[in-house]
Amino acid sequence: MSALDVLGDAAVVAKRNLIKIKRVPDLLVFTTLSPIMFVLLFAYVFGGAIDQEGGGGGYREFLIAGIFAQTVIFGATITGAGLAEDVQKGIIDRFRSLPMSPSAVLAGRTLSDVVNNIIVLFVMSVTGLIVGWRIRTSFFEAAWGFILLLVFAYAISWVMAWVGLLVPSPEVVNNASFIIIFPLTFIANTFVPLDTLPGPLKVFAEWNPVSAVTQAARNLFGNPDPNPLAPDPTAWPLVHPEAYTLIWAAVVLLIFVPLANAQYRRSTSR
Amino acid sequence: MTQSPAIQARGLVKKYGEVTALDGVDITVPTGSVLGLLGPNGAGKTTIVRILTTLLRPDAGTAEVAGIDVLTNPREVRRNLGLSGQYAAVDEYLTGFENLDMIGRLYHLGRNASRNRARELLAQFNLEDAADRPAKTYSGGMRRRLDLAGALVAAPPVLFLDEPTTGLDPRSRTEMWAVLQGLVSGGTTLLLTTQYLEEADLLADDIVVIDHGKVIAQGTADQLKAQVGGERVEVTVSEGTDLDRVAKLLAPLGVSAPVLAEHQRSLLMPVSGGVAVLRQALQLLEDEGISVDDAGLRRPTLDDVFLTLTGHAIVDEEEKTEQEVTA
Repeated sequence: MSALDVLGDAAVVAKRNLIKIKRVPDLLVFTTLSPIMFVLLFAYVFGGAIDQEGGGGGYREFLIAGIFAQTVIFGATITGAGLAEDVQKGIIDRFRSLPMSPSAVLAGRTLSDVVNNIIVLFVMSVTGLIVGWRIRTSFFEAAWGFILLLVFAYAISWVMAWVGLLVPSPEVVNNASFIIIFPLTFIANTFVPLDTLPGPLKVFAEWNPVSAVTQAARNLFGNPDPNPLAPDPTAWPLVHPEAYTLIWAAVVLLIFVPLANAQYRRSTSR
Repeated sequence: MTQSPAIQARGLVKKYGEVTALDGVDITVPTGSVLGLLGPNGAGKTTIVRILTTLLRPDAGTAEVAGIDVLTNPREVRRNLGLSGQYAAVDEYLTGFENLDMIGRLYHLGRNASRNRARELLAQFNLEDAADRPAKTYSGGMRRRLDLAGALVAAPPVLFLDEPTTGLDPRSRTEMWAVLQGLVSGGTTLLLTTQYLEEADLLADDIVVIDHGKVIAQGTADQLKAQVGGERVEVTVSEGTDLDRVAKLLAPLGVSAPVLAEHQRSLLMPVSGGVAVLRQALQLLEDEGISVDDAGLRRPTLDDVFLTLTGHAIVDEEEKTEQEVTA
């Protein structure tokens, strides 16, 4: 089995998942409407409330990268829930009985997540631009910011793939992911500056990879903290947010790609 | 030169913790024949299919499919088998065509060959009109046919069908049987699991009866029926008739004592001598002025076989209703 076969098989599986975005109402809403809703809600409810004195929409710009990070992370639950559903319905049994590359199912699944996240980021960016968000750097810096967000979400997809193969039903994936993803995305610099957090939460938030990817995107889009008195971050992950994001993603992939693949070879419908 | 069997398994053992799902199962299916794997829920049928289709590794034993070792060369085995599982494993958001085309691509048939094969199978399984509708809109029978078509995409020489008609209504079941009979007449080797004795009787050349992870009997349907004895006379009398009196009257004609079923007002008695004995019995009853609702010569069914071999019926009524509800 050559690498080309793996890619070919993965593309077939990815295509199948992407067709589903069109046909499953839940997925379509998840991919198009909820990103618009998130940007509008956070920009006007949060941003509006905090931005009283600034007035120039600086806080709204500050929030955008955080909303992007949170939304692409939630996108990874599609992988987990989708795989759990495939196991339940016997579709994984069918795949495993075919002479295809065994790693292609997960590779295709996570690949279609990337495509899904590109659509999500595009929809959110357009919505953001309409409500006044601006990229204040160069095209290449902004592109690198988007790529870091995608790489980060890709790593989370593999964690969710493993979870999805492990649990008995798609509902469990959704519940589990809410319990983990909500704290992870809120105890971070996504929506508030870190200096407002109390001691232990602040340390957690500083080392939280969600903070790093948000910080990296913020820097690369040129959307800094609008408060001129805000202290510069001192924790290593936030001083080097791009490096920390990449290291973190690499470590997660090194652990969870083999784990998820091993779990795939064991899973049969229940 | 003798051809090696299409499926051969020796001493398969599979344990789940304390529970022994399979306890040393041997199976041989000659090329081109149909084996019916018969047993109640939880007997180990699905476990056998999963091992033979490379989805599950046994704790002990060996298996070959199409002459290839399942444990050491699973990928090559997969090229030679088609599997249709207990639940119709179709992607309900894809159309019938997209489902089959995807499977063709994953068998590496190539773009055009996959598409042509998909159209061909949709026509063969009478799904042409529904080909471009999402499978979500299909009836249960249509989904099963699509799933079966999926197993046939690469025209594999060995086919595994795990309870292909469970949960189908009687009409869809009859349709499915017709499809399967067509298939096996084309020379495909088939291993079929079922809870329906009728189904095994109709489709299988050989039957293996399995209970609690062990093979408890095997042979052709006729051989198995012979194990529980020959024909019986069954008589149902009109309401108000004394069944004991009927039994006493007919007993001398039987080879062993008649069995009475009071609720059904009927009597079942093993005989030898066929129609002549039935005629004699009816004459006797007529002479005594006993009116008869129904009478006939009955060959033992596989239900009788299963009951005799295991001491319990193959599917109890409660279980049956439960399945029909969930299906």
